[in-house]
Amino acid sequence: MTGGVAGAPGAHAAVAHAAVERVYREESRRVLATLIRLLGDFDRAEEALHDAVAAAVERWPAEGVPANPRAWLVSAGRFRALDRLRRARRWDDRAAAVARALEDAAAGAPDAADDADDVFGDDRLRLVFTCCHPALGMDARVALTLRTVGGLTTEEIARAFLVPAATMAQRVVRAKAKIRLARIPYEVPAAAELPARRDGVLAVLYLVFNEGYAAGSGDAVVRADLSGEAIRLARLLAELLPNDAEAEGLLALMLLHDARRLARADAAGDLVLLEDQDRGRWDQAQIAEGVARAERALAGRPVGPYALQAAIAAVHAEAASVEATDWRQIVALYDALLGVRPSPVVALNRAAAVAMARGPGCGLEAGLALVDRLLGDGALGGYAPAHAARAELLRRIGRRVEARGAYAAALRLTEPGAQRRYLERRLGALGAE
Amino acid sequence: MKYVCLIYDDEQLWARMSAAERDGIMGEYGAFGRDVAASGHMRGGNQLQPTSAATTLRLRDGALSVTDGPYAETKEALGGYFVIEARDLNEAIQVASRIPSARIGAIEVRPVVEMGPPA
Repeated sequence: MTGGVAGAPGAHAAVAHAAVERVYREESRRVLATLIRLLGDFDRAEEALHDAVAAAVERWPAEGVPANPRAWLVSAGRFRALDRLRRARRWDDRAAAVARALEDAAAGAPDAADDADDVFGDDRLRLVFTCCHPALGMDARVALTLRTVGGLTTEEIARAFLVPAATMAQRVVRAKAKIRLARIPYEVPAAAELPARRDGVLAVLYLVFNEGYAAGSGDAVVRADLSGEAIRLARLLAELLPNDAEAEGLLALMLLHDARRLARADAAGDLVLLEDQDRGRWDQAQIAEGVARAERALAGRPVGPYALQAAIAAVHAEAASVEATDWRQIVALYDALLGVRPSPVVALNRAAAVAMARGPGCGLEAGLALVDRLLGDGALGGYAPAHAARAELLRRIGRRVEARGAYAAALRLTEPGAQRRYLERRLGALGAE
Repeated sequence: MKYVCLIYDDEQLWARMSAAERDGIMGEYGAFGRDVAASGHMRGGNQLQPTSAATTLRLRDGALSVTDGPYAETKEALGGYFVIEARDLNEAIQVASRIPSARIGAIEVRPVVEMGPPA
């Protein structure tokens, strides 16, 4: 830390301003998380954070940057909040209770305790679990998590999710009102509830990631940022829950998918399937981190769905080509995934892996039989990728007429966009052969 | 903080139950009431007569209209409520999840507006 740097007054002020900016960028989310605990209210805490930053801009140039800027901001925010509470017209019971708690905290010389890293860590974890509380709607959880934990502006979140800024602002306001009115506590769930509540947090982060990763409409750059933000949040969660294999598994899964980002779209922005991707464009450093994390996640007991999905992504990421992929391993991992989270979509992916694992000939027939059975069950009848997978297997077996019919079925279920253009190209190629 | 736990049940489902099944669930309600009174969470509650006994009224421009039946016809109807005292929503959810109808119907947990001293 730079405390009271000597030199010309102008340089001194510039150093202080840069410090405020840096501290804000690096620490504002931690300070906010702690202020929410101390003040018991999201809006009051945001106000206190702004007050504290304004105080820093005013005082650091003259007084020097404090030795511990984070503790200074918490302290200043708490002081300003108390000041506001005292001056408030409406001095209700709740305000009085908050003021008492703040005075007690101040009297107990809490700066050292409040600055301990684990206290800040606990507060950030409280914030994550509160923003992802199941009593909030999924849209509200996503908006509030990105806004308060991630520090994105309401406009940025609105742009990424293609909704008007006013709509997104409304979601955040309503979520904060519900937390206040229903008194959703600011706490990390008890051990008995932790696994289920942790799954809820992971679902929010994975939804944010997929929103950014899905090849679809919207601003590609904004969407890539969204995936990046999801990875940052997953990293934070894995750090805060160090022994949690599923948190580690989700981070691994995101890193491995995101490592292929550059290879997933061609120059026209069209989707490039895994088998056609230029593997030279995959981010090998990120794959290495993802694989290491996937291995750690797989060591958890019981093995969870994110760990297994990460392991599948890791097998793909480590293969030099489609042919060199360890498909048997992938089928085994899909079997395990079906065991912990059965779903027709997982079964469809397994069927495609079976076709590859057993090689051309009997493998394709076996895969096709599995896909046909899944389509016969009815659950996937309206799911375009099931028809596309069937079409692909039929094409490779050489049953071209049926393949054309299956591509047409997939097209009928697909919205205009990259995915549709891909299917049209496939169908066109089949006609020309 | 006070929460009201509104109990929604499918009246048809109750009608189709055998007397023994109904008695079993009512016995569970008795046990729940005793547990929650003992833990200090209970602030009251009532079972309601079925919606066939409900009357809905509206006063518009001084004219009173009275109609037979509940305010909204839905498959799951309000069948009773408890008022509980809980530290926060998590505790309220924990208490409400033990209401027997949580298994067969649904429980809506609503915070009660706290009346502060006059501003």
